[in-house]
Amino acid sequence: MSNNWEMVIGLEVHAQLKTSSKLFSSSPNQFGSEPNENVNFIDSGMPGMLPVMNFGCIEMAIKTGYALNFKINKHSVFERKNYFYPDLPQGYQISQFEFPILSEGYINIESGDNQKKIRIERAHLEQDAGKSIHDIDPKYSFIDLNRVGTPLLEIVSYPDLSSADEVINYISSLRQLLMYINVCDGNMQEGSLRADVNLSVRKKGQELGTRCEIKNLNSFKFIKQAIEYEFQRQINIIDGGGEIEQNTMLFDTSTGETRAMRSKEFSHDYRYFPDPDLLPVNLSQEQIDKVKPLVGELPQDKLKKYLDNFSLDKEIAKIIIAEKQNANLFEKMISESTVKPKFIAVWLVGDIFAFIKENNLEVNSLNDKTKDITDLLRLISDDVISNKAGKEILPKVLNGEGKPSELVKKLGLEQVSDSGELEKIIDEALVGEEENILKFQEGSDRVLGYFVGKCLKATKGKGNPKLINKILLERLKK
Amino acid sequence: MKNSISQIKKALIEKKISVGELYDEYLAKAKSNNNNSFNLVIDKENNISSINDSQSRYDNGNPLPLDGIPLGIKDLFCTKGIRTTASSKILSNFTPNYESFVTQQLLNDGSIFIGKNNCDEFAMGSSNETSYFGPVINPWKNKNSQKDNLVPGGSSGGSAAAVAEGSCVASMGTDTGGSIRQPASLCGIVGLKPTFGSCSRWGIVAFASSLDQAGPLTNCVEDAAYILNSINKHDFNDSTSSNHQREDYLIDINNSIEKKIKIGIPSDYLEDVSEDILNQIDNTKKALSKHGIEFVDVKFKTTEYALSTYYILAPAEASSNLARYDGIRYGVREEGESLDDIYLNSRTKGFGDEVTRRILIGAYVLSAGYYDAYYRQAQKVRRLIKNDFQRILNEVDFILTPTTPNEAFKIGDKLDPISMYKNDIYTVPTSLAGLPGISIPSGLSKNGLPLGVQFIGNYFEEKTLLQLAALAEKELSFNE
Repeated sequence: MSNNWEMVIGLEVHAQLKTSSKLFSSSPNQFGSEPNENVNFIDSGMPGMLPVMNFGCIEMAIKTGYALNFKINKHSVFERKNYFYPDLPQGYQISQFEFPILSEGYINIESGDNQKKIRIERAHLEQDAGKSIHDIDPKYSFIDLNRVGTPLLEIVSYPDLSSADEVINYISSLRQLLMYINVCDGNMQEGSLRADVNLSVRKKGQELGTRCEIKNLNSFKFIKQAIEYEFQRQINIIDGGGEIEQNTMLFDTSTGETRAMRSKEFSHDYRYFPDPDLLPVNLSQEQIDKVKPLVGELPQDKLKKYLDNFSLDKEIAKIIIAEKQNANLFEKMISESTVKPKFIAVWLVGDIFAFIKENNLEVNSLNDKTKDITDLLRLISDDVISNKAGKEILPKVLNGEGKPSELVKKLGLEQVSDSGELEKIIDEALVGEEENILKFQEGSDRVLGYFVGKCLKATKGKGNPKLINKILLERLKK
Repeated sequence: MKNSISQIKKALIEKKISVGELYDEYLAKAKSNNNNSFNLVIDKENNISSINDSQSRYDNGNPLPLDGIPLGIKDLFCTKGIRTTASSKILSNFTPNYESFVTQQLLNDGSIFIGKNNCDEFAMGSSNETSYFGPVINPWKNKNSQKDNLVPGGSSGGSAAAVAEGSCVASMGTDTGGSIRQPASLCGIVGLKPTFGSCSRWGIVAFASSLDQAGPLTNCVEDAAYILNSINKHDFNDSTSSNHQREDYLIDINNSIEKKIKIGIPSDYLEDVSEDILNQIDNTKKALSKHGIEFVDVKFKTTEYALSTYYILAPAEASSNLARYDGIRYGVREEGESLDDIYLNSRTKGFGDEVTRRILIGAYVLSAGYYDAYYRQAQKVRRLIKNDFQRILNEVDFILTPTTPNEAFKIGDKLDPISMYKNDIYTVPTSLAGLPGISIPSGLSKNGLPLGVQFIGNYFEEKTLLQLAALAEKELSFNE
């Protein structure tokens, strides 16, 4: 049984950097163009073409270095990783090997109720390859070189992860950080973030087993499935008296199974050596220091601020900081209004996010509506309108149909907070209710709700419920 | 004596000849020679607009520095719209859609390309015998054996032969371990390899990136200065291009160097050399001593390691640089049943023996388990060789060596690769150090064949190097 077994996992995460041009050429770095549209002579490996380093990628690596607590190396070297494949036009991938730009970092992730520190061995810059397309024609394969030379930061963890959930948490946390510091768009579907999973199994407390590497996973669902399948596969082999072969595995998304792509015996000898077309990257302390202010506030800093300064509920705070654009929107509203941050936060993660989701909008698209939103929230928190009326007006405000105060008037949703008027309505409502009044006085709280409802109905929903409550209590206790 | 660039420009300015007539004259020579020095010559009509533009600049009295000068271009430089093969079958159908940085500078300065010079395949060779388009024949003959066809040296053999035979005024070559200086020496002309990082490698088919350097092959030192003025510029697109301030190499070319000069002669280079070669050094020493130049003996500590170091590093880089020739996107493709077959067939049939040999050596020295013993070790030795040169250049201003250990040999004579590699014994160390070297003709051998000597200067000291070479040239000039 798998009870005695534990899995040991290390991850290689490839993050595409959000630069405007490629790592070593001036071609645009963008997803979704026509095949071979973003390709120049360098990308297509024409004779005599030379790479020129895009310094923007170095800056992004340094930012990542700060965010993930790395040692930022002043000296790093681009090397050639040699292998043949049609979507690799130069016949080698330019990568960093012996001297990566970042080493020895870590990230804290959640594991159950605890925090767990995951150590990261290194992160290095490298070029992405193109894409081979095999399913258009029965006889020919097609090559799209748009992705060739796209800058990647490969982040290599130590084997500190021990469950699929931890792996998901690790990748989510990485993704969140990389998006916060604006170096990666985090779009897993488009391949902006991909993971190779190195997994081995062992009986608890024993030596590390032989690992297999599952290549190129680009969704949380597949990562979880692949890990669970591979875990069981390895256990079954060992339980059956077999031995694990060090293989590179592919995950078949249609069957949910992993299968061997190549064994170690046939593994490539990449013949790494320093790329003579490029100089080593030598950074001054000044160049490294200059990047630090660009890192900005990180999610864990925000979480602390939201809990300590704004007294948000932890779950709500986590939803807001999950993505930087949420936090930006929230902080913009706080800065523009005197409505309590906690009140804003509840509405943001509730009705406002629901509206965004329903209408398939970007969170950013509300940035120019924050004033109207907070004006509306002010009306609600000041009891000018009811919560219910607020919910009704919100979509209209977000759709730009008018200013909150105008909409309230137009729709006649202003609350009746005139106590004289309310007293009259309440007195009328209590006529003929002697039996229920007696029940209340005998201690049945339920009756109060009944009376509130009856009075609200009499005001056509416009009565201020708090005030009604107050007056009712006075009357009933007599 | 052939006409120099300044003489030709004078004739063009004085209207003694037109740019078109000049082109005709050289083109006729390029077409009629039987030396196979060109892989492709460019007919006049294909250059007619350049010729006309050039002529009108002369007519308007504002010619460019190289206006109208017909040049040969080694078939390793990518030339826009003109087939560029690196003398290999695998690129025999390749026409680039871009112009190399260096040739673009030459075009900007008004020169006109007469054709693409034959060379060793991917610049790998010392005799121009590895070309897919057949060997180049040296225009010089052994006076004791007139019927023998001799090699022009390599790899820029076509470039050297073309200048020597008079089918272009000057030509462009590339030098990785001696590929400009050695053929210049064997063909009796001037060949300059500038400091690594002087001239951009952008658009030159790469052999060994840390060593490749473009340079001119010319009839005289002054012509080399003309060309160097044009091509020696910083290029942002070559990360190894130096961005130091360039000098005007022409302006003081005939003036003597202001300070007192000391030249070192490495005694270890002269052990076991022939009398012919020793004579070259002695003559040069005598001629320059008259001008108050001092000569001292120097001794390298690393000479014996240079060739082995070179034949690890250069093939290592080449094995990777040549990986892009896979028959997938351009060049010759041989079909196959599988992807691996396409690679195997295209590369087996596309590359000649010497190129294949170097790819295999290169892949071997980089492979797991051998990297430390070969590649890493060779990099360390390269550093020692650099230091060795630096030590000597702290004591002397220039170093004088033979360019080659022998005169031009018969085509087919040196079949064994190792003895061929030894032809570059005097040029390879300079290349590994990245230093500039110039070969100038210094005299004739007993067989009446040209021989050269090499002057080596300090990094980016091409200006004084050319001044020294010009002075030596005046003293050593000989007639064919």
